[in-house]
Amino acid sequence: MTTYTAQDYKSDQYVRWCPGCGDHAILSVLHKAMAELGIAPHDTAVISGIGCSSRLPYYMNTYGFHTIHGRSAAIATGFKTANPKMTVWQISGDGDGLAIGGNHFIHAVRRNVNINMLLLNNKIYGLTKGQYSPTSDRGFVSKSSPYGTTEDPFIPAELAFGARGQFFARSIDIELKISQEVMVAAAKHQGASVVEILQNCMIFNNGIHNYISDREWRADRTIHLRHGEKMLFGKNNEKGLVQDGFGLKAVTVGENGYTIDDVLTHDAHVKSNFLHQQLAMMDGYELPLALGVIRDVEAPVYDLDVEKQVAEVKAKKGFANLRQMILAGDTWEVK
Amino acid sequence: MLDKSNVKTLEKVVIRFSGDSGDGMQLAGNIFSNVSAGVGNQISTFPDYPAEIRAPQGTLGGVSGFQVSIGKGVHTPGDQADVLVAMNPAALKQHAKFLKRGGVAIIDVDAFKKADLDKALYTTESPYTEVGLDPQQVVEVPLTSLVKEALADSGMDMKSITRCKNMCALGLVCWLFDRPLEAAENALKNKFAKKPAIFDANAKVLHAGYDYGHNTHAFVSTYRIESDTIRPGVYTDVNGNTATAWGLIMASEKSGMPLFLGSYPITPATDILHELAKRKDLGVKACQMEDEIAGVCSAIGASFAGNLGVTSTSGPGLALKSEAIGLAVMAELPLVIIDVQRGGPSTGLPTKTEQTDLMQAIYGRNGESPVAVVAAASPADCFDMAFEASRIAIEHTTPVILLTDGFIANGSTAWRIPEASEYPEIHPHYVTPDMKDKGWRPYLRDEKTKVRYIAVPGTEGFAHRLGGLEKDYNTSAISNDPENHELMVKVRQEKIDRIADNIAPLEVLGDADADTLLIGWGGTFGHLYTAVEELNAAGKKVAYAHFRHIRPLPANTADVINRYKKIIVAELNLGQFADYLQAKFPGKKLLRINKVQGQPFTVKEVVDGITKLMED
Repeated sequence: MTTYTAQDYKSDQYVRWCPGCGDHAILSVLHKAMAELGIAPHDTAVISGIGCSSRLPYYMNTYGFHTIHGRSAAIATGFKTANPKMTVWQISGDGDGLAIGGNHFIHAVRRNVNINMLLLNNKIYGLTKGQYSPTSDRGFVSKSSPYGTTEDPFIPAELAFGARGQFFARSIDIELKISQEVMVAAAKHQGASVVEILQNCMIFNNGIHNYISDREWRADRTIHLRHGEKMLFGKNNEKGLVQDGFGLKAVTVGENGYTIDDVLTHDAHVKSNFLHQQLAMMDGYELPLALGVIRDVEAPVYDLDVEKQVAEVKAKKGFANLRQMILAGDTWEVK
Repeated sequence: MLDKSNVKTLEKVVIRFSGDSGDGMQLAGNIFSNVSAGVGNQISTFPDYPAEIRAPQGTLGGVSGFQVSIGKGVHTPGDQADVLVAMNPAALKQHAKFLKRGGVAIIDVDAFKKADLDKALYTTESPYTEVGLDPQQVVEVPLTSLVKEALADSGMDMKSITRCKNMCALGLVCWLFDRPLEAAENALKNKFAKKPAIFDANAKVLHAGYDYGHNTHAFVSTYRIESDTIRPGVYTDVNGNTATAWGLIMASEKSGMPLFLGSYPITPATDILHELAKRKDLGVKACQMEDEIAGVCSAIGASFAGNLGVTSTSGPGLALKSEAIGLAVMAELPLVIIDVQRGGPSTGLPTKTEQTDLMQAIYGRNGESPVAVVAAASPADCFDMAFEASRIAIEHTTPVILLTDGFIANGSTAWRIPEASEYPEIHPHYVTPDMKDKGWRPYLRDEKTKVRYIAVPGTEGFAHRLGGLEKDYNTSAISNDPENHELMVKVRQEKIDRIADNIAPLEVLGDADADTLLIGWGGTFGHLYTAVEELNAAGKKVAYAHFRHIRPLPANTADVINRYKKIIVAELNLGQFADYLQAKFPGKKLLRINKVQGQPFTVKEVVDGITKLMED
């Protein structure tokens, strides 16, 4: 088997993102994740919409398609259904994926098309120079909301679960190892894999994720979930998540009578998304923001089921071609 | 009383079935058409149904009609009917105007009680004269009573029993026009294959209707309809939408590209999705997407992945797809977009026919965004033009819009099932392995046709990126260079223009020596051609050119147009094709015949219109 390096996935195009943009790190990690997966560049396709993050396909040495605003999930659905042998990555931002493309996003997730959906969330429209996005917090001040927004944002995980998503993972642009880990897991998952990456826009929304991502408190405000491992966080993994009635609670292990046995063990594969959703909704304030693979459940895959149904119906009817099929219907002969 | 020996022979005859939209008029009409086609008649049908699925029973808004012309030299469903079957007063009121002077109206007299007349807003006690008929034209048949009697012992409830009325009417019409009842019975057997009790009831009622005609001599005479000598072969009855779906499959077989349809339900195009969804048995992937935009986008994705990507829609859907079609123009991917035109703008007349999307098809996108546009002339021609649209899309790596319309999409015809060998091979413009080392890039073109070479994802050595941003002519990298942009705009236009070298020339029909040329395009062919035939037969010199290729026009278009002194363009809009042609031939004065009523032309309207313009 041919092995590939990150270099094999890089195109020769000059990368035009602003210096310091979080997209640089994500691109570099994607190259590495692809090399780790070992799927040939020519068997890989990267499909994006419009926005800063959607420039990404030009920087890949794979098959790629930079499409139109909001539609990449629909285009990726057609691409994958037509050619299930290809590994498909769909790249979008919070505006492209959840505003103009919200409908395609939820339906691609609902259908469980086997595509890897990277959602680069910087909570702002960068390419149009600074308007609020559907993930901007209520009250957010931007060029198009000079007095603050009067609307609530989407929480991408909640939307994905509402669309019956079977895979959801999260990372932050500067968490290179976690990003790579979740990208690889997303690619290995059969079905629609939603990966949210919190990404910093240096120019129009600098520091929007600082409350979470700043090195000083990141360990206390995030938790890296791994299937089968205890839900621990904090600088020395001294804190853990325990069940608290219908909700979750953060405790310090060894204090107030909580032992390591009380700390929940992460199960990404459990069918019910009840706890997954609670984990995904933690925002770093009362409870740490969850990173890593939160949900990873097997379910019927759209593109494979289409192939399967075609094969079954073809075998059952046994028509060699169009003419045979028509001749099997109501016909009469004129001599 | 006359016996069946009193038989009149007719060249063609037009029958219109009308009733409540729940009365099964479409089924009765369809079976009658198929049976007629089976005995060797040419057929042309016109289902004319309301947008409401079930308006209140017996009201004017719920009337559904099905008109069919059978016989010899049939190109249209006929302007007016020789026989009108009206199942209730509302149907008679709505459709009496479609009956010829001296034609016969068959009515269910049981459904003409005072309450029924009130529901249909009759104001007098004489319904026949109120709708302009001579009572002598009306044959009163107790259809409901007949059906009740025939099914008295069936154990069925009254609602199910009266639902069989349509077959009783069909039986009577079969007797009148000497149709073999076995064929109608077979059609019913197929229709109700899984419901033997329903089949039995319908078959019984069918016979009851036939026997009623035979035993009571309800009509002065019965008819024998002439048949054409038609080309030997195996035939089936096909409507335009089904023919469109099949034409795409033929193109898939001849190109080796798997067929992918991304679509969203919309009247009157949905039957294309229905048919292709069934055709998983031929390997077709037909996906019902979340909206019109996703329909075209999934087709574009499939096209990039190496399939023949197709999307089917009607006018409002085409509007939603415009931006994505522009992407396919820019990415230079094969893509077939089918627009089954209906009355617009907005929701307009969803179930009615028009030719009002022409300009939208030609120009309806942002930027200089040329696509090829073709139009089907008849239900059967939908097969050929779906094939042709696919051929052009594949061989010229371009989006192609195929315009059909509600009239030909739902209208049906007897169609000889072709052999695959009757259609040409389609050659996708693929890269060849040697190009890998010779500087291939995604927008490298064949200099003769300006067509780019396609590399199917999965092919080693040809990984590349496409996109909606402008690309450099030489390197295929993103480019903002002003002069390069203008060059690319011109190249994309040139690519479409040069399709003219790869399509059939425009044919001239009718009296080629005439001074007057009638021009038509798309689904009006049958009416326009018949009008020209009638004019020629009456000694009026008129030639006829029918356009199936709209953009580009056939290469000989100028030659044809320049041969005639007087040119008349007839179309079901306010003159969109005439305007398009006028811009190309500014020196020619183009006269116009237009109609925008949601209905096809009648032959008479066209004959009168041409006659008047010839005299002016």
